[in-house]
Amino acid sequence: MTTADIAVSQGTPRRARYGSMSRDRRWALRWSYFFLVLFAVFFLCPPLYMLITSLKTSAEISAATNPWWIYHPTLSNYVELLTSSMYLTFFRNSALVSIFVVTITMIISVPAAFALARMKFWGSAMLATGVFLTYLVPDSLLFIPLFKMFAVFNEWTDIQLINKWWVLLIVYPTLTVPFCTWIMIGYFASIPKELDEAALMDGANYRQILFKIFIPVALPGLIAATIFAFTVSWAQFLYPLAFTTSPDQLVLPVGIITTLIKGDVFNWGQIMTGALLGAAPPLIIYAFLMDYYIAGLTAGATKG
Amino acid sequence: MVDAVMDGARGVGAVRKKSGMRRMMQRKSTIAFLMALPLILLIGLLVLYPAFYAVHLAMLNKSMERFVGLSNFTFLFKRETFWMVVRQSCIFALTAVFFKALIGFVVAHFVHNIPAKGQRKWRGILLIPWVIPPAMSTLAWLWLFDPSYSAFNWILGVFGFGPVPWTGDAYWARFSVILINVWYGAPFFLIMYLAALKSVPEQLYEAAAIDGANWWQRIWFVTLPMMRNIIAITVLFSTIVTFANFDIVQVLTAGGPVDKTHVFATWAFRLGIQGGDIPLGASVSLFMFPILAICAVFILRDIHRRGNEAS
Repeated sequence: MTTADIAVSQGTPRRARYGSMSRDRRWALRWSYFFLVLFAVFFLCPPLYMLITSLKTSAEISAATNPWWIYHPTLSNYVELLTSSMYLTFFRNSALVSIFVVTITMIISVPAAFALARMKFWGSAMLATGVFLTYLVPDSLLFIPLFKMFAVFNEWTDIQLINKWWVLLIVYPTLTVPFCTWIMIGYFASIPKELDEAALMDGANYRQILFKIFIPVALPGLIAATIFAFTVSWAQFLYPLAFTTSPDQLVLPVGIITTLIKGDVFNWGQIMTGALLGAAPPLIIYAFLMDYYIAGLTAGATKG
Repeated sequence: MVDAVMDGARGVGAVRKKSGMRRMMQRKSTIAFLMALPLILLIGLLVLYPAFYAVHLAMLNKSMERFVGLSNFTFLFKRETFWMVVRQSCIFALTAVFFKALIGFVVAHFVHNIPAKGQRKWRGILLIPWVIPPAMSTLAWLWLFDPSYSAFNWILGVFGFGPVPWTGDAYWARFSVILINVWYGAPFFLIMYLAALKSVPEQLYEAAAIDGANWWQRIWFVTLPMMRNIIAITVLFSTIVTFANFDIVQVLTAGGPVDKTHVFATWAFRLGIQGGDIPLGASVSLFMFPILAICAVFILRDIHRRGNEAS
């Protein structure tokens, strides 16, 4: 009541200033657009330059012309890469690793998140904190001991893990599972308890509650977690660089960097094409599922 | 109270039911434990064990046959390169995080300013650097910074400025790796801050406007206090990730020129994997641990506080 009174009493004398305020607003809007365009240019410049270079011939790349303009556009880089069996091998390895890792991550983290969010057991609160802490442990702290562990494992069991693409299926979940479990705990915890209590009353077992209630209700969270797991395993660079070396076992980021860059000869047209095609899957997913992507980013306080 | 009375009233008839309930509770915790078991095994075998194994490795000699105590560390302390890496890691992480947060904060305001229906589109465009795998986008930067064909130098040349040795000179190379890290990480801050800005109640700004606050006072007394939590947590997260950064430095400079841009992760990779001295590499990477632990403690405290506020 009192605030309304004040607003009313101040309404008339302030009328004159509203006009200037809207003019201020208009200018603020113009400046906002100006700076947004500026920052968009800065943010988009590298991917755009990738695209520009990928459409050029080697001759044009090394010519002393305007590098920001394509004089003779060509798709030869794309044709060459998409017919090269090596590049396709990298792509296949990346796709296989990412799909398997996403599957493994979901199989491990969804039931675990359900157990931690709803079914308390001894140490479950501690485990939830532990999951969060493991999520903070970076890959660059673990790659050396993991490397040595795999070497020791090889001595003991004669199973060669290093230099096989599927070793990545063992190590990538350490990056994806903690985060996915963490955000799924959040999504599951936000489901009202009455829902599963009612289902328990009706005689549903936990598997039914998980599959018939929790997963459908928390589907947006599940999609966000899946996208996260996929983008992390697609982009991961340190582990494959440390654990795989022979060309037929490499994943895309490492493959492009170690095989397309040969000594001092840089075939930039092909490198940029390879990088752009390598960036395409996450970009396409992002283009179609942007809202889930952003929801996943802001849900748990994410790495950045 | 009411429950207790109800239980008493139901009395004897409920006993059978209760023991059934207890058995179910026991079964429930067993099921829950089994459901979480793969997670526990994963964390135990592939995160916790390697973390402690790294400490063990760091105390072995190069051929990993002899226990040498802390001599790897004393060896590192005597090397000038090590101190350079420490300094460079700190400069790299602190500068990059600061500018990421600053740019994220400023751009979030610009996006917040424009009409709501255009915001989605701009947000979508501005998040693109975060979506591209950093190893791929750093390749584009490497090409933009190419010593002989640099597209940036071409633009500078048009305006009559000399070619900049983006990756050739130690100081420029340090600048370049920070620039790429800011480019890659700022969109993340932008998204987080934009979400936080939307949650600041509009009335606070109206009240501030009535009190005659200018834009600076509005940011200082309304926006920043309201966003304090989210700023703290994003900065702490980003500090951990930036300190542990590997991709950008490895692809752009691989530590060069003459080890001037090495950070902990790339130097550990150089020594441990490429140089074959696993114990020394492990000791270098362990230096990331204190920074990580400090940030983790602050983040946990923050999350617990937020949890308490919520309940």
